[in-house]
Amino acid sequence: MNLYFRRRLVNTLSLTLSLAAMAFGLFWLLWILYTLLKNGLGGLSLSLFTQSTPAPGSPGGLANAILGSLTMAGAGTLIGTPIGILAGTYLAEFGERGWLAPATRFINDILLSAPSIVIGLFIYEAYVRHVGHFSGWAGALALSLLVIPVVVRTTENMLKLVPNTMREAAYALGAPQWKMVLSISLRAAKAGVLTGVLLAVARILGETAPLLFTALNNQFYSNMNQPMANLPVVIFQYAMSPYEDWHALAWAGSLLIGVFVLGLNIVARALVRNPSQH
Amino acid sequence: MTPPQSQEQRLKRQRVQDRLFRGSTQFFAFLVLALLAGIIISLFIGAMPAIKHFGLGFITGTDWNPVTEQFGGWNSITGTLLSSFIALLIGVPVSFGIAIFLTELSPVWLRRPLGMAIELLAGVPSIIYGMWGLFVFAPWFADNIQPTLAEATVNIPLIGALFQGPPMGIGMFTAGLILSIMVIPFIASVMRDVFEIVPAMLKESAYGLGCTTWEVVWNVVLPYTKNGVIGGVMLGLGRALGETMAVTFVIGNAHSGISSLFDPATSIAATLANEFTEATGELHTASLIELGMLLFVITFVVLSLSKLLLLRLEKSEGSNT
Repeated sequence: MNLYFRRRLVNTLSLTLSLAAMAFGLFWLLWILYTLLKNGLGGLSLSLFTQSTPAPGSPGGLANAILGSLTMAGAGTLIGTPIGILAGTYLAEFGERGWLAPATRFINDILLSAPSIVIGLFIYEAYVRHVGHFSGWAGALALSLLVIPVVVRTTENMLKLVPNTMREAAYALGAPQWKMVLSISLRAAKAGVLTGVLLAVARILGETAPLLFTALNNQFYSNMNQPMANLPVVIFQYAMSPYEDWHALAWAGSLLIGVFVLGLNIVARALVRNPSQH
Repeated sequence: MTPPQSQEQRLKRQRVQDRLFRGSTQFFAFLVLALLAGIIISLFIGAMPAIKHFGLGFITGTDWNPVTEQFGGWNSITGTLLSSFIALLIGVPVSFGIAIFLTELSPVWLRRPLGMAIELLAGVPSIIYGMWGLFVFAPWFADNIQPTLAEATVNIPLIGALFQGPPMGIGMFTAGLILSIMVIPFIASVMRDVFEIVPAMLKESAYGLGCTTWEVVWNVVLPYTKNGVIGGVMLGLGRALGETMAVTFVIGNAHSGISSLFDPATSIAATLANEFTEATGELHTASLIELGMLLFVITFVVLSLSKLLLLRLEKSEGSNT
């Protein structure tokens, strides 16, 4: 009887703790979201989207930073997506023999979780130092390196879900391999691949570390060959400053990024009912 | 109208196209592989002046002084390792609890939304964690928790010393705590996924023998998924080691050794984020790049281990079914 009671007690205790762990996780999420809304909503206004980043004490907005973030994220996605899709296609369609596919798969999974600040350092060493100045292109390149592993991973996973009978049917009709891959496999996996791209965009929109040494920052909107303003770095600098009005702008910017990134995450997951794990 | 072709010509053209297509996908797969080599090589070249100048002493040196050009990475490296260790200490039990809740306890209709909520924690950009940590969490922590913790532990030998010092809110412990929140979704989702692959028959047999839920989890599920669980923890560790912005905001950025967990400290990533663009002189830049290279090597080893363990689980699962 004593033993029976003790086992029941241990069970109840551990399951209560498990419930508490779940509450612990949700608690932080809610607290962070609440803070974001409370401090960010006050800063939202039309001038946020129409005016450039101000000097401390004067009115202004984040227009140049928003535009810069969108430009670099767009360019990064455009560079990274085709590379990612092609590499992912190789892993899924042609990768059953040889050493290249397993090695690439392994390295890709490591790059997926590699510190993004090191990616920034790499672009600084490989590009910025040779060109001699920080630029929007360098930022876009750094972001594209973060896009590639995400897209490779989802493309491969999604292509593997395409039933082999569809491939065989295409071959039986005499379709060449490239046509089969492009218009059968990839078309069937379209929604999944798109999810991967959306997840990648969600990831790079909030990334700060790789942009610190590549795009740097700018008071104005600039072309891609100059240092370029972007939301995360502006938030970082403004939050670290002692000025109240800069803090308010940083909160408003955080709210923008937060809503956008979390929204993209939810949309991407809704697109595919069985999302791939990262 | 294209001129009519013989069957042979067309087949030949298709074969060439196929080879081209295959070759180009292969090229990009190779590019991903080359990327890793490129990162290591270029960081090594960039760090060369510092490697030549300081040698192995760079790792153990505790001085970090841009004025006298003395650079040692010890405080940054230990800061990175210690903050990640704290993150795991808090994050692993919590993730384990969440995974149990999601696989064994939660009603089925709640599993998806709750799982998604935890995954959203991973989606929150790290700069938001940083701002929240600096402006909201740190002041609250300094006012409400730190004095209590310090008072409660002051008489305990060894442990007491860890929690003393002025309650500033920011510092090593806060960085570790925020890191733990950031790695929980990664560890928890790996644990949940590997718990789900345990064959229902195994669990049902244990329940049939009269095991409680906890006994099933501890004696059946956990041993079966051991490798996967450790792989998930390593994945979380890899994430924690390289996290930059959240840590930079709250760790305090002090290049000094710490005697208490409440002291401000620094980590490799925080040092890089703070100093790199303002570094003057070749040696300073090279030293920072060497720190970055060390960080990359450490995370590479940790993530490789994680990947190998998860692969091994996959394989053993494949042979069982």
